[in-house]
Amino acid sequence: MLQLPLVVTARVDLVLLLLSLLAFWTRLTRLSYPNAVVFDEVYYGQFVSLYMKRIFFIDDSGPALGHMILALGAYLGGFDGNFMWNRIGAEYPCSVSVWSLRLFPAVCGALCVPVGYCVIVELGFSHVSALGASLLLLFDNALIVQSRFMLLESVVILFIMLALFTYLRFHNAPTSSPVRYCWLLLSGTSCSAAIGVKYMGVFSYLLLVGVASLHTWKLIGDMTVSGLCVFVQCVCRGVCLFVVPVLLYVFWFYVHLSLLHRSGPHDQLMSPAFQASLEGGLSRITLGQPLEVAYGSQVTLRSSASQPIPCWLHSHKANYPIRYESGRGSSHQQQVTCYPFKDVNNWWIVKNPDRADLAVGSPPRAVRHGDIIQLFHGMTSRFLNSHDVAAPMSPHAQEVSGYIDFNVSMPAQNLWRVDVVNREAESEVWKTILSEVRLVHVNTSAVLKLSGTSLPDWGFRQMEVVAEKMFRGHSSSQTWTVEEHRYGTSEEQKDREAELHSPTHIDVNRKISFWAKFLEVQWRMLTVKQEDSEHKYSSTPLEWITMETNIAYWLHPSTNAQIHLIGNPVSWGVANLSLLAYHLLASVYLLRRRRGIKDVPDAAWEQFVSLGQVCVGGWLVNFVPFVFMDKSLFLYHYLPALVFLHLLSAALLEHAHTHLLSKDTHRRVLRACACAVLACVLLSYHLFCPLTFGSPELSANQLQALKWRNSWDILYHRR
Amino acid sequence: MENKQCTAHSYITGDTTIRNRKLQTFKTPRAAPPNDKKDSHLSKDDCLQPDETHGESYHRRRRSSNDEPPSRSGLLLLVAGLSFSTRLYKIKEPPHVCWDETHFGKMGSYYINRTFFFDVHPPLGKLLIGLAGYMSGYDGTFPFTKPGDNYEHHNYWGMRGLCAGLGSFLPIFAYLIVLELSHSHTAALIAATLLIFDTGCITISQYILLDPILMFFIMAAVLSMVKFNQQQHRPFSAPWWFWMVLTGVNLSGALGVKFVGLFVILLVGLNTVSDLWRLLGDLDLMLVDFVKHLLARVVALILLPVFLYVTIFAIHFVVLNKSGPGDGFFSSAFQSRLIGNNLHNASMPEYLAYGSTITLKNLRIAGGYLHSHWHLYPEGVGAKQQQVTAYLHKDYNNLWLVHRQNDTNSQRGAPDLVRHGDIIRLEHKETTRNLHSHLHEAPLTKKHFQVTGYGMNGTGDNNDLWRVEVCGGRTGDPVKVLRSKVRFLHKATGCVLFSSGKTLPKWGWEQVEVTCSPYLKETLSSQWNIEDHINPKLPNISLSVLKPHFLEILIESHIVMIRGNSGLKPKDNEVTSKPWHWPINYQVVWWLNLACLGLYLILVAVTSVAFQRGVSVSQRRREHCFVLMRGGGLFFLGWLLHYIPFYTMGRVLYFHHYFPAMLFNSMLTGITLDFLLKMADLLLPLPFCEQLQRVWMVFILLVILYSFYLFHPLTYGMTGPLAHEPGSSMARVKWMESWDF
Repeated sequence: MLQLPLVVTARVDLVLLLLSLLAFWTRLTRLSYPNAVVFDEVYYGQFVSLYMKRIFFIDDSGPALGHMILALGAYLGGFDGNFMWNRIGAEYPCSVSVWSLRLFPAVCGALCVPVGYCVIVELGFSHVSALGASLLLLFDNALIVQSRFMLLESVVILFIMLALFTYLRFHNAPTSSPVRYCWLLLSGTSCSAAIGVKYMGVFSYLLLVGVASLHTWKLIGDMTVSGLCVFVQCVCRGVCLFVVPVLLYVFWFYVHLSLLHRSGPHDQLMSPAFQASLEGGLSRITLGQPLEVAYGSQVTLRSSASQPIPCWLHSHKANYPIRYESGRGSSHQQQVTCYPFKDVNNWWIVKNPDRADLAVGSPPRAVRHGDIIQLFHGMTSRFLNSHDVAAPMSPHAQEVSGYIDFNVSMPAQNLWRVDVVNREAESEVWKTILSEVRLVHVNTSAVLKLSGTSLPDWGFRQMEVVAEKMFRGHSSSQTWTVEEHRYGTSEEQKDREAELHSPTHIDVNRKISFWAKFLEVQWRMLTVKQEDSEHKYSSTPLEWITMETNIAYWLHPSTNAQIHLIGNPVSWGVANLSLLAYHLLASVYLLRRRRGIKDVPDAAWEQFVSLGQVCVGGWLVNFVPFVFMDKSLFLYHYLPALVFLHLLSAALLEHAHTHLLSKDTHRRVLRACACAVLACVLLSYHLFCPLTFGSPELSANQLQALKWRNSWDILYHRR
Repeated sequence: MENKQCTAHSYITGDTTIRNRKLQTFKTPRAAPPNDKKDSHLSKDDCLQPDETHGESYHRRRRSSNDEPPSRSGLLLLVAGLSFSTRLYKIKEPPHVCWDETHFGKMGSYYINRTFFFDVHPPLGKLLIGLAGYMSGYDGTFPFTKPGDNYEHHNYWGMRGLCAGLGSFLPIFAYLIVLELSHSHTAALIAATLLIFDTGCITISQYILLDPILMFFIMAAVLSMVKFNQQQHRPFSAPWWFWMVLTGVNLSGALGVKFVGLFVILLVGLNTVSDLWRLLGDLDLMLVDFVKHLLARVVALILLPVFLYVTIFAIHFVVLNKSGPGDGFFSSAFQSRLIGNNLHNASMPEYLAYGSTITLKNLRIAGGYLHSHWHLYPEGVGAKQQQVTAYLHKDYNNLWLVHRQNDTNSQRGAPDLVRHGDIIRLEHKETTRNLHSHLHEAPLTKKHFQVTGYGMNGTGDNNDLWRVEVCGGRTGDPVKVLRSKVRFLHKATGCVLFSSGKTLPKWGWEQVEVTCSPYLKETLSSQWNIEDHINPKLPNISLSVLKPHFLEILIESHIVMIRGNSGLKPKDNEVTSKPWHWPINYQVVWWLNLACLGLYLILVAVTSVAFQRGVSVSQRRREHCFVLMRGGGLFFLGWLLHYIPFYTMGRVLYFHHYFPAMLFNSMLTGITLDFLLKMADLLLPLPFCEQLQRVWMVFILLVILYSFYLFHPLTYGMTGPLAHEPGSSMARVKWMESWDF
């Protein structure tokens, strides 16, 4: 029976609603202005384009989720991926819906404000301080700027705050309620999303796990709870905070890899097996090659090292110079190098040293781990050779040359032992693409290696190949993979040359599992090192606190209208002060409590401690790691840490108000001061608005007046 | 003596739990010799007396009694004997320079010859090496040029002997520390055995290296700290003071050898803080007394070590008073102290003039000389013109000629003086290029402009002109050699000549970057002084450069050392390793250590959860757990502190950096295995468990000895073919492919 009247009672926090509206208004108005590429949009944009075209890429700046969120915005806006992201300040054509590109980061940035409000409330502080905290977040120029463009910081910040909020919600919920584990699940999800957007999310995740384990530890010590119950709770927490995030993290990659199935610019970084799984590129060349390398096989050998550049073992009709610049002598035999382009001179023939013929017998005799082979260069008929002559650029290693017996004083040393490195994972047989092989020189037991330096002009600036005594275990520069492969049929040199020039083509599809792909992508992301030169706007962590740095995001091509990443100086100052105040207060409290003097009641102390755990802890984990990082850093890396300080400021003020001041007059003064500071925040927000939103245009003098710190780089057009 | 016998046998009367008494009944007839038994009965009453008054110490004694009858000094002697004999055996072999001996032996020679040198480590270790060499009759003449050089008739055994002697103390200290913390001879013996028979540990002690000296001080500091902790019930007594002061002395020793000593200082610091925290929470203690405690620790653990550390440097500077290879790293003022340096009692024209040949030294501490050479900036790094760098060594490429704006031939008549505000041109003497700057990004500091050498034989362009400014001077002031701080402002762009202190990559020969900075703030990096000044047309005047303060020298040499340390970036083809290779890279002992580390973490997790859940256990077991958590915790912390920081270091790392951490790990192994032995009775009934313990103990010892037997040829020098050749005796020892013999 339906009971009438049907009533829905809803309670709406009007303050929260109003704040959210304001946040959306500041973050979303005139989102498509400027209609040009702003700062790092030039970087993220290229990945968005690649998503639209389903082309595989690898980016070491963070996992795939962030890029996918940006790409989703582009997809919804109908972006087709046809835009050259080559220069900051380039105008977008009208076919690009700029608004949709920037929508998701802006929405995330706006949502940070209400979530910050909720975090403070969950920490047990009043709605007034929650309001204060969210006003600080709302009127921080740096947060606004960072949210309004196609950048990822606002997304990370949102997920970090969401994770903390949901965890606190879980912690505060009554033990009996079954809904609370939904909150914990949400928390785990947010954590994995934060890590999925940027690796710096890991720091906040660790903080959250730390806080959670502290709470769990207390639970374990609680004798009123039965052992079974404790066990179940621990398992639930483990599942929500460890298992779910890990699975989700893998899931982001699953989506990423299933979206991107075409070959593209980063193919070369990946192993041949991976490349072969992508559409186009290597798979088109290698489709249906014979799998097992046999005597008489014609192969190209690719170095497993992707540093400094992927390349193939190569030789050409040019000899090493008789004497190098340094005066050292060489063997004056044919050069063997590593060449980063496909070339007919990359073809080598695997020859059985006991037999003279160069064609594959029938049935083909496969080469196995430990077999001795000779490598015969297809075009110049030289054997791959090494001997006790110092290599041209790395004199500690042996020279590798192409040898032909002209009956000169040097004997042939052209036998190589095949050492299949991954024979346990694959097989003893040398396989195309799958096997990683070390070629060990039989006479000297040196290993064929890419030295990493390039030859001077006489070597056409190709990469140097040497043979080096094996030491320090496995190194990717010592291993080689067969990439292109076919069974040679021609005995005559002429036929063979024609055969080498013809493309390989047979049809079979080769697949590798998702896990293998995932692990390889993950490994590459963590190990790919991009060139680490200082950027014009890079800065050091200490400069973030003292606000000595800014980043010019965009400058109008003709006028002085410009956008800068500059924080609100007043609120940043307040943030620093509150950090200092918390530390002072905490140490005084701690010392006095140790002596048995309780300044604040226990409940307030608990609240103070958890405030420290979340806000000061949040600042620490998001700031301190950067101090030790050895790469170029930017001001926007500080924003996640800063958000925590904004939360701290308001909460600390309330703590001082309720617990430190006893007289009403003092409290009134404090309230007045707080209002005055807030007014200053608003004022300075307003002052810096032109640099935040890029309009209205300011005159040179006005700009000069805004240059509060000498080290700020504010741009002018020379008239 | 009486007291000692008490400790050995007090359990007969003291034990209350039934299990212990049972244990006793099994034990006494077999283990204790008859005459001991008699003693124990005799001394029974004497023992009870003190025990009742000192509950704590009574417990401690009782615990120690659970082990084998401790002929304590006998065991200690055994450990010491074995330790010295393994380290000193074949100390003179091989009779040629091994590995880093080429550095540290050379530095020992420098001390004997009193020539100044520069090294990234503080001086104590090398001072001791030099002293040992001096005492043993080494005359400092051997050049130590490269590893493999034969020593011939030189007396090198004294220096090696010092290192080996100090290295031999490590197992002894380990034994004492573990004994002090766990009161178990088993644990102490395991730890000491691990160290005695660890071939890596032996090897590193046998050569002229800083590591044995460093580890000696680290272990001594930990030992005295542990001893000090045991004195906490008798504050301000003589032993209390003694151990605390000794801790401070050892700390300064550790830091005086290498900066790795900072980690043990951190360990002691954390220990002290927790100790103070405990005292603060003790509400019976008056605040005044607490302040006394605090001050005592400040004096003994901060002021005293600082004083000693400074003293070491004072000795260092007094000993090294002759000019040597390290001069260029230091400022002009510093160099004037050194006999034989051209700035010592220098004599040169007083004011800078046109036509002079000069060297320019950057005023930033450890800033180099303005330098250029016949090499261009590579493709892609600004304009492809000649490199200009800052170079720390004295070199003819540091010489520059001062010219007027326009004329190249400024050698006529009496030279004019260069004055504040003049526009000059600096020509590199060797390559005749002009110092030049333009609006290209500098190679590393992208916010600055590139500085190059440009032009030929003095002809260049307007970008070669620089305005001279004397800091604090007015237009028209002359420029004083050595004493004036000079800035060079680029006339065309207005930027200032600047040394960023960043090391250029290989193409720049790892010299220091020189840029032109558009930020005109006065910093030391943009100020230069004129160090050498050659102008035959001007009279030379003797200059007494301001001799620097000792404190200035001290600070300067530290900054130079820190710079040097961070400048040790890995080069290509160098034997370097990554921290995560270290714990697994060696042999049985190390694997055992690593396994025990994991085991320890599991054990601690289990016991602490059990305590948190309030599981009730017997008093004896509770004490074992405390030993595991407190003592083991200290070692684990020590291991962490000596291992984790290496992950954040950008400098070149070598395998031997792991050794201090390995010491802590070995002691942790001792405690963990001992705990396991004691816990064996959870699984087995008593008699079996006793035997199991024994078998287990013997097994561990045998494993360690066997591994020592296997690897000892490595330690005492190899004979026969190399390992990678099949059939060699070493081939079977080469268990991991990555080992490099």
